Amino acid sequence: MGFKGRKDLLGLQYLTRDEITTILDVAMPMKDIILRDIKKVPTLRGKVMVTLFYEPSTRTRTSFELAGKYLSADTVNLTVSTSSVQKGESLRDTIKTIEVMGTDVVVIRHSMSGVPNYVAQNTSMRVINAGDGIHEHPTQALLDMYSIREKKGTVENLKVAILGDILHSRVARSNIFGLQKFGCEVRVIGPPTLMPPDIEKIGVKKYFNTEEGLEGVDVINVLRIQKERQRRGLFPTLDEYANLYCLTRDRVALAQPDVLVLHPGPMNRGVEISSEVADSQVAVINEQVTNGVAVRMALLYLMMGGARDEIAG
Amino acid sequence: MKLLVKGGRVIDPANNLDEIADVLVEDGLIRRVEPGINEPEAEILSAEGKVVCPGFIDIHVHLREPGYEYKEDIASGTRAAAAGGFTSLCCMPNTNPVIDNNAVADFIRRRAQETGVVNVYPIGSITKKQEGQEISEMADLVAAGCVAVSDDGRPVMNAEIMRRALEYSRIFNIPVIAHCEDVNLSEDGLMHEGYYSTLYGLKGIPAAAEEVMVARDLLLAEAAQGWVHFAHISTRGTLEMIRQAKQRGVRVTCEVSPHHLTLTDEIVGSYDTDTKVNPPLRSQEDVLALRAALENGVIDCIATDHAPHEFEAKDCEYPLAAFGISGLETAVPALLNDLVHPGKLELMDMVRLMTVNPARMLNLNRGALIPGYPADITILDLEAEKTVEPNQFYSKGKNNPYKGRILRGWPWATIVDGQVVALEGKLVI
Repeated sequence: MGFKGRKDLLGLQYLTRDEITTILDVAMPMKDIILRDIKKVPTLRGKVMVTLFYEPSTRTRTSFELAGKYLSADTVNLTVSTSSVQKGESLRDTIKTIEVMGTDVVVIRHSMSGVPNYVAQNTSMRVINAGDGIHEHPTQALLDMYSIREKKGTVENLKVAILGDILHSRVARSNIFGLQKFGCEVRVIGPPTLMPPDIEKIGVKKYFNTEEGLEGVDVINVLRIQKERQRRGLFPTLDEYANLYCLTRDRVALAQPDVLVLHPGPMNRGVEISSEVADSQVAVINEQVTNGVAVRMALLYLMMGGARDEIAG
Repeated sequence: MKLLVKGGRVIDPANNLDEIADVLVEDGLIRRVEPGINEPEAEILSAEGKVVCPGFIDIHVHLREPGYEYKEDIASGTRAAAAGGFTSLCCMPNTNPVIDNNAVADFIRRRAQETGVVNVYPIGSITKKQEGQEISEMADLVAAGCVAVSDDGRPVMNAEIMRRALEYSRIFNIPVIAHCEDVNLSEDGLMHEGYYSTLYGLKGIPAAAEEVMVARDLLLAEAAQGWVHFAHISTRGTLEMIRQAKQRGVRVTCEVSPHHLTLTDEIVGSYDTDTKVNPPLRSQEDVLALRAALENGVIDCIATDHAPHEFEAKDCEYPLAAFGISGLETAVPALLNDLVHPGKLELMDMVRLMTVNPARMLNLNRGALIPGYPADITILDLEAEKTVEPNQFYSKGKNNPYKGRILRGWPWATIVDGQVVALEGKLVI
C-alpha cells in the first residue's frame, strides 16, 4: 500500500504516481459497495470525520459525507453558517476545538489557498483538502482520473485538454499535477486573462484558440466559469466567452472520435458547455459524481487504515 | 573614560582599511586606529579573531512607536538593533500618528534618548498622514531631525504629488524615499507572480507592479532634478532602469533588503506566513541580479525593512497575514552565512553597503572609523554558529523566515558612542 506514513492529503503535487495508483485501485471495490443494495461496510466503525467547509458546496461535502457513512465512520458537517467562525474565532482555535472532540480526520474546504497546509501543520488530525482557493482540489482530480481510467482503460500517455478559467481553477491545477505523473500531454485552453502566469513552465501546452487546443485530444475537462470569482475585466461578457470557448458539438468533433468529456459541476449550460454536449454519450458527468464517492471512500479507507479484506465481502 | 578594542581585523571601507589594528575610543569618540596602541588606563576589549567595523546603519526600519507598541516600540526595536549589530536606525513614518510634523519627530527622538540603546533618526512622511494628497511640512520635519521623507508602505500613486515632492525636497537636500508599488497591479497579491504563484495558487504581485513605479519616479526625478531613493528594490528590471538612470546622471540611490538577497519565492510553498513580505520574495533570477548589483555600485546600501508584527497578525491564513519580516536580528548573520562565506559577496563590500554608504547618503557623521567621529563600532565573529530562534529575539516581532536555520557569522559586540551595548547577542546595559 502506497499510503503509509502520509498523514494528510493536501494536493496531488505532493503525491507520487504509486500513491495515486493505489487510491484509484482501491476505489474500484469501493464503487461496487455504492452499487450494492446494502451500501455499508464496517471498515471505519468508531472513526470520526468532520467536514469543515468555509465555502458553499453541495456535491463535494455530500460526497465526503456519504463516503464516510458507507464505511461506517461517524460524520459531522460544519459549514460557515453554523460554525463559530462567524464569531471571529481564529482558524487555529477552531481546528483545536474539532481535534479535542476526538476527530480522526478533518475534511476542509476554504476560499484561501494553503489553508489545509496551515491546518495540517497545526493539528494531529489527518487533513484532507476538499478544495483550497486556487491551489488544489485533489479529490476532484482523483475522481476525474478514475473516470478516465474506467472509460479509457488507462490514464497513461493520453492527450487531455482542460478548457476554461484555468487561472481560478484548483481543479485544473490538481488535474495537471496528477495527469503529468502518468505521462499525459496536458493542454490548457482559455483566454490569456484566465491563464495563470508561467503555466507553460509547469509543462502544459497553452492555447488561446479552442479549435487548435482540442485537435486530437482523448479527454476534454470543461471548467465551470465561476462567476463569483471573476474580477471585472477579465473577459468582456459571458456571451463573448461562450462564443470563443463554449464546448459545442462542432468543437467536440475536432477531438478523437472516442473522446471523453468531463465537467466538475455544477454546469453553466450554454456558457462553458452546450446542453447537447453535456447530455450526449461522450459526457460522463453524472458518473463522475458516483466515482467521486468511490474515490473518497478509498482515500478515507487508506488514510484511516481499515483492513483490506473487510471491503471485499 | 577610554576603551581600547584590541587586536581585531579592522575593516573600514571609508579608509579602505583591512588590517589587524587597535581602535582607541575616548569620551565616546574615535581617537586612533592603528596597530599596537598602548594605552595603560584604557579598558581593554580583546577583539582577536574578530572583525572590527564601523557601526552598522540601517536606514529602513519600522519601530512602530507611537501607535503600534504591541508590534514593537523604540525600546525593543533598538535593543533588537543592538543585538543584531546595528548602531543607528532610520525609522519609517507609518506610525500612528504619522511622522508628518515636528511634534511626532520630536517625540521619537526624545523616546529614543530615554528608552533606546542605539541612534535613531526619524524619516518624515512625503505627504500629510501618508495620504498621498498634500506634501508634508518638510522644513518642519528636517528641523526636527528627519533625514529623509517617505510614504513607505503607501506608495504615492499621484504622479503630480510625487513630482512636487521631488522638487520641493531639493531645498533640504534630502532624498524622497519611494516605496514602488502600483497598487492596482498588486491588488490582492500575496507573493511574486510567476511559476511558484501558479504552483501554490496564491495571487501574484507582478514585477511590473514595482517597475512601472520605478520608471515613473526616475522620469519624475530627472525632470524635477530631485533625489529619489528607492526602498527595498526587488527585481532585475528595476536594477536595469536604475543602472541606466545613474549612467545618464539622474540623482538616484537605492537599497536592497537581506531577505531579497538570500531568499526566493520558492519557499512560500510552506505557506509559512513569515515568508509574506512586500515587495514579495522574488525569483531566483531576480535574487542573482540583485547580488551581482551589490558590487558594481548600482545598489547603494543594504537595509532590513524590519517590519515586526504581533503573533496573531501572522498566525492565520496566508492571505490574511500581515506583510513583513522582523529582520534586525538576522540581517547580519543571513548575509554572512548566505553571501560572504560562500564567496558571493566580499566582506569589505558588505560592510561598505551597511556603514559608509548609508552614512554619506544621509549626511551622518558616522559609518567610518575616523578620529573625532562618534565611536559606533560593530564587531563580528565570522565563525560563530547559532540557530535562529525568534523566541529569543529582543524584537517583539517574532516573524522571521530564517527561523530554525543554523547560520555562521554573527555580530559579537555592538558599541554605540563608545559604550558596549551588546555582547554575543545579549544586551549588556
